[in-house]
Amino acid sequence: MLLIPCPFCGPRAETEFSYGNEAHIARPKEPESISDEEWAEYVFMRSNTQGVFLERWVHSHGCRRWFNVARNTVTYEILAVYPMGDAPPRIDSEPVV
Amino acid sequence: MAKHLRLPEGGLIDRGRPLRFRFDGREYQGFAGDTLASALLANDQHLVARSFKYRRPRGIVAAGAEEPNALVQLGKGARSDPNMRATQVELVDGLTAESQNRWPSLSFDVGAVNSPLLRLLPSGFYYKTFMWPASAWMKYEYVIRRIAGLGRAPEGRDPDHYDKTFAHCDVLVVGGGPAGLAAALAASETGARVVLAEQDFALGGALLALAGEEIDGKPALDWVAEARSTLESRPEVTLLMRTVAYAYFDHNCIGLVENVTDHLADPPAHLPRHRLWKLRAKQVVLATGAIERPLVFRDNDRPGIMSASACQAYVNRFAVKPGATAVVFTNNDSAYRAALDLAAAGVKIASVVDLREHPDGPATERAEAAGLRVLSGHAVIGTRGGTRVEQVRVARMSAAGNAVTGPAEMIDCDLVAVSGGWSPTVHLFSQSRGKVVFDDDLGCFVPGASMQPERSAGACNGAFGLASCLRQGFEAGAAAAKAAGASTAVAPPTPRASDEGFLPARWTWLVPSDQPVGRGGKHFVDQQNDVTAADLKLALREGYRSIEHLKRYTTTGMGTDQGKTSNVNAIGIVAESLGKPIPEVGVTTFRPAYTSVAFGVFGGRDVDDLLDPVRKTPMHAWHERNGAKFEDVGQWRRAWYYPRPGESMHDAVNREVKAVRDSLGVLDATTLGKIDIQGPDASEFLNRVYTNAWSKLGVGKCRYGLMLGEDGMVRDDGVTSRLGVNHFLMTTTTGNAAAVLGHLEEYLQTEWPELAVRCTSVTEQFATASVAGPNARRIMEELSDDIAFDSESFPHMSLKEGHVAGIRARVYRISFTGELSFEINVPASYGMALWQAVMTAGEKYSITPYGTETMHVLRAEKGFIIVGQETDGSATPLDLGMDWIVSKKKDFIGKRSLSRPDMAKPDRKQLVGLLTEAPNEVLPEGAQLVERVLSKPPMPMIGHVTSSYMSPNLGRSIALAMVKGGRARMGQTVQAPLGGGKTVACKIVGPVFIDPEGERLK
Repeated sequence: MLLIPCPFCGPRAETEFSYGNEAHIARPKEPESISDEEWAEYVFMRSNTQGVFLERWVHSHGCRRWFNVARNTVTYEILAVYPMGDAPPRIDSEPVV
Repeated sequence: MAKHLRLPEGGLIDRGRPLRFRFDGREYQGFAGDTLASALLANDQHLVARSFKYRRPRGIVAAGAEEPNALVQLGKGARSDPNMRATQVELVDGLTAESQNRWPSLSFDVGAVNSPLLRLLPSGFYYKTFMWPASAWMKYEYVIRRIAGLGRAPEGRDPDHYDKTFAHCDVLVVGGGPAGLAAALAASETGARVVLAEQDFALGGALLALAGEEIDGKPALDWVAEARSTLESRPEVTLLMRTVAYAYFDHNCIGLVENVTDHLADPPAHLPRHRLWKLRAKQVVLATGAIERPLVFRDNDRPGIMSASACQAYVNRFAVKPGATAVVFTNNDSAYRAALDLAAAGVKIASVVDLREHPDGPATERAEAAGLRVLSGHAVIGTRGGTRVEQVRVARMSAAGNAVTGPAEMIDCDLVAVSGGWSPTVHLFSQSRGKVVFDDDLGCFVPGASMQPERSAGACNGAFGLASCLRQGFEAGAAAAKAAGASTAVAPPTPRASDEGFLPARWTWLVPSDQPVGRGGKHFVDQQNDVTAADLKLALREGYRSIEHLKRYTTTGMGTDQGKTSNVNAIGIVAESLGKPIPEVGVTTFRPAYTSVAFGVFGGRDVDDLLDPVRKTPMHAWHERNGAKFEDVGQWRRAWYYPRPGESMHDAVNREVKAVRDSLGVLDATTLGKIDIQGPDASEFLNRVYTNAWSKLGVGKCRYGLMLGEDGMVRDDGVTSRLGVNHFLMTTTTGNAAAVLGHLEEYLQTEWPELAVRCTSVTEQFATASVAGPNARRIMEELSDDIAFDSESFPHMSLKEGHVAGIRARVYRISFTGELSFEINVPASYGMALWQAVMTAGEKYSITPYGTETMHVLRAEKGFIIVGQETDGSATPLDLGMDWIVSKKKDFIGKRSLSRPDMAKPDRKQLVGLLTEAPNEVLPEGAQLVERVLSKPPMPMIGHVTSSYMSPNLGRSIALAMVKGGRARMGQTVQAPLGGGKTVACKIVGPVFIDPEGERLK
């Protein structure tokens, strides 16, 4: 069970959170002007990263706030948390297996 | 008459507290401080089990968690636990245990003498034998369950209760042996918050089983006692006895199970039986010790063949003489101490058989000085005996260690003390995702690099001497405290103790015999699963190479003991057979639980009423008093129907449905999800989350909305009302309220943070009574003085605020029944008062309370969908015939998906009505529909029934269905093949059965 540092409440057990999958996938501003393939890419396709992954979590049984997390999917190490809308921080992490 | 083999003095038992217990119906006596295993051995009961496959008699081989054989059924009836290790069961007065896997009795077992099934149980028997024909499995299963398998499930629900604790600490130390105690002392000296968990009921670990160990010139157990009192005097230390760390999860979350009352003869009722600790530790010190391995020699499984360290434990800790004449069989020095301890206890040592050619060192010198006969370069190549070992055959081995070179000598004995070296207990380390590495010198796997904030100390780290254990423990404890934030952390000086100079062992993974492996006897690798060396070799001949595959195919290491004694030997034999070094063969994965955990502890207090909250409306008590039957909708308990005396459900629902259409009904609609939405951008936000447009909705007006996911599929629906320019109240499906709120919040926070909108759940703030029927307006006019209910002032799809029955209320004129309806919302605490006022005022109209079943019938008569019943996450608005509500002008969540080519396919499932040819036939919901019934499957399925009821207003059955290309099939007849050859023909019609023009709403 992960220990997730909620930026608003501090470290809390994973069971208080819900997962929101990959971060930084912006909803297209003008969906009608993009191709079916581009729309499908937005709706359905997510990367399956081995290593540092930028993902979204929501403190659903706490402050109910969404935030971004940089997490190593191999070691499960949480490298950073940052607010929605912020650019990802620079992660200096050793390359993983 | 059983012999009593208790030594006249010594041991850590309390001879002043005799305890009675029963094993297989016979009464025995032991002492406080005994385990069930030691008490059985004190009564000369070595035979405790029959083996899993071969029904061979089996005895106690260990004195701890690694025991593969001595699994017993404890207790009776509902309070019964299968597969309990007798070696870890603390003796308690009145304990009742039974052996497992034997029928009709332990000493006379039909299966062992003559079982035709034995031929069916080679390596991979699960895969080979039971694959064909599949239909025979039921027969196999019956026979196998009878003769194989382990214990029995309890006969009733668990009468005990369990508890859970969430806790945090700076340093968790797992294991209360010398290394663990040292670590806890060093860590707690800094003031760090320390938890020390020990699975045993005594501290000391291996020291409990050893004689003559000294620390700082005192008996080692005196040091243990001082360490305990020091730890107990420190307020930041929590000492958890009888507590096993069963799992190491991510981010240093450790699962521990504390056995709170099993050791009490008469436990107080308020105490939980076990307590689950979910412990988050900043740092962990693993001091879990090591497990002695057996040697794999022919017929190494007879009762009386034990690990050498277990013999020491029984002699030194429990003051039990495990035999009269012993042979000690070893590949290393540690068993020599066992030989000396046994000799000191009066056990005759017939011989020490040492696999090593030249075991010349202090251990052998001491043995020889004590007059013990040492046969070096020799092996035990076979054993004889029935329910107890009687003789061993000993012969000289070849220099290569793979053949017998000399003649066999028969040695009489009733005890064989075996040592095949030591395996550090790396289970928790491995569960923490650390990789173990093979240490060639030590001949075992030791922890490699840490993956989490933990460190190993002592025997589990490959440090087998007492001084090394203490030093590593102090260092690890101090380092852990420092890493956890302690300002001063210096390891205390290591007390004086000695590391024994162990000579290198000789790694003979498979001890040869005078016949090839598999002939003339069995070399057991895994006693719990009855896996032999021949099984491993067979699997290798069949082409298995990966150790993970070999494990599954042969089942080695897969029992409740998870291969604690067998895994390394299996890996060694495989490596030797393949001619590969052990690291290349690798190691199988260690998984939780380290030792088995009772299911009850995972449930904890979350059982019965506390399993899931039950949500009740403020009117619930009225429904109960008036005989309502209830159904669960999500967590809500809703009135389902209100049967009168003598009425069936069918009768009651018919009556309720007719009453609503003929006069007046009232529904408790409190459970509908309600979300208060406020902010200057509220209407723009609704434009984006609903398929239809909201900007122009007037204040005081209501509108039905459909909500999609980005994939274009319907997620929820409901009526949303405009209470003010910047203020809306959204209603959602009862079971979907939390998910919809989450959906709204997600978009507000992640996609459209620029929108100034706030959403608040107000579901529980309002109670709702919905009156429906031709007399709805009349009753409302009687109940309210300040609201006009005529159609002109209060049209359909609008709301008014005022007073109803003297209570401040919001009244919505909306309808889910197709009848004139008013939904009265009052503050939740006035819900019951409102309901009673409505019932009283409605008497003259024969007002009829109706439940969810009637609501479903009424809405189905009108063709109104229920999200989650007509839809299953794969229906678009078009599929439901609801494209009229989809805006072409603006963007909304999911809109782009609706123009993908697949959405326009003519064979998508579409919502239709179904009328059975026989009007009284009610189709089962979920029934599949086909065009034609064929003589055998496959039949192309074209759809399924989503809702189906008897409609009393139409005097016939009605159904809704999702049918491929359904709207193009109007008037066609389709077939619903039901079970038992019955087929129901039905006609496809439009989904609105009553009042398609909406006349009744006026």
